[in-house]
Amino acid sequence: MYTQALNQRDAAPAATPEDAAALARFQARIDADERIEPNDWMPAAYRRTLVRQISQHAHSEIIGMQPEGNWITRAPSLRRKAALLAKVQDEGGHGLYLYAAAETLGVSREELSAQLLSGAAKYSSIFNYPTLSWADIGAIGWLVDGAAIMNQIPLCRCSYGPYARAMIRVCKEESFHQRQGYELMLALSRGTAEQKAMAQDALNRWWWPCLMMFGPPDSESQHSDQSMRWGIKRFSNDALRQKFVDATVPQGHFLGLSFPDPALRYDAEAGHWRFGAIDWAEFRRVLAGDGPCNRQRLETRRRAEAEGAWVREAALAHAAKRRARAATPPLAAE
Amino acid sequence: MAENPMPQNAMPQNVMPLWEVFIRSRTGMAHRHAGSVHAPDAEMALQAARDTYTRRGEGLSLWVVPSAAIIASDPADKAEFFEPTAEKIYRHPTFYEIPPEVGHM
Repeated sequence: MYTQALNQRDAAPAATPEDAAALARFQARIDADERIEPNDWMPAAYRRTLVRQISQHAHSEIIGMQPEGNWITRAPSLRRKAALLAKVQDEGGHGLYLYAAAETLGVSREELSAQLLSGAAKYSSIFNYPTLSWADIGAIGWLVDGAAIMNQIPLCRCSYGPYARAMIRVCKEESFHQRQGYELMLALSRGTAEQKAMAQDALNRWWWPCLMMFGPPDSESQHSDQSMRWGIKRFSNDALRQKFVDATVPQGHFLGLSFPDPALRYDAEAGHWRFGAIDWAEFRRVLAGDGPCNRQRLETRRRAEAEGAWVREAALAHAAKRRARAATPPLAAE
Repeated sequence: MAENPMPQNAMPQNVMPLWEVFIRSRTGMAHRHAGSVHAPDAEMALQAARDTYTRRGEGLSLWVVPSAAIIASDPADKAEFFEPTAEKIYRHPTFYEIPPEVGHM
């Protein structure tokens, strides 16, 4: 079986002593590239790590609907509007696939949702930046989704089966997101001087926050080593970041745009684009809640949750009423 | 008293029941597990499953099943549970020797 009905917190969390033999068997399965499935034995720390990572990932998708949703009503054409609507709907869908995967680990949807709303759970720092112009929609698709794809493709081979399967589904859909963003940037770059300036401004603002999406440098990444051993992570933060820069810089040059990094240069010997120092103080500030939009994002999410509560209650009451009616035997006189 | 086969009756009434989603992607294919959704009843579970898992024509048919209705084998027992099949090698065609002159069989 796949998911269990775990809306409520496990009354008695499995507190089995983790003997060395079980741990060794588990690690051997991982090393043999086997997938771990929901009911399989797993170390408590593996479960905790996955719940944290998958739920943060889900929260990011859900919060990520806001910066783009901001422009749906102001899209400049029906074609762009349809694409943006579909993309934002996809982000919601991705959040739901991921919550479903997290729930297979024994955590309830209600708990995960409460962690997001209380501010206890983290989500990707990138969604705390504002979308100030239409070009930001292009920059998000091209850069933010491009960075997300770099991060997510290795997760399709993650050791935890439900997470890997959810990521395969997500990655299939992300490609459209990146392509529509780049096409939008291309249209602006080939447009009027004002349109091109708008595209450049968007690139200037999104470039550094996108490089931060890959997380802290390997030298100070807290969870990397263990996650690598467990087959949750396949490449280091810095390796993925470099891969993203190498793929993206030529695309930006094709647009005729420049990158806001005076230190950016091609290292022909290594075959890599070398980039300047990232402002990690800004990254930590945004992650800690002090980015440009953190309060607004959570406030919007809390309001949506509160305003939708009556709908959920009514639907549950209706379902309960219908079950009760179906369960009542008809009167003899009828 | 009517016997209601819906096990979500056993769940607390204030939480959204969980449903497993199965999709038939093409005619001739079996339904395949895709993920799960939360919904108050079967009809809304079908709609939620459609919106969540078939936004690009992935399906021709959907099943939703209350998650609590699925009875699963225990992975911890898998050695004993599936053991008898492993030693019955005579169930496989390669167990039987046919002279090569007979040709493909």
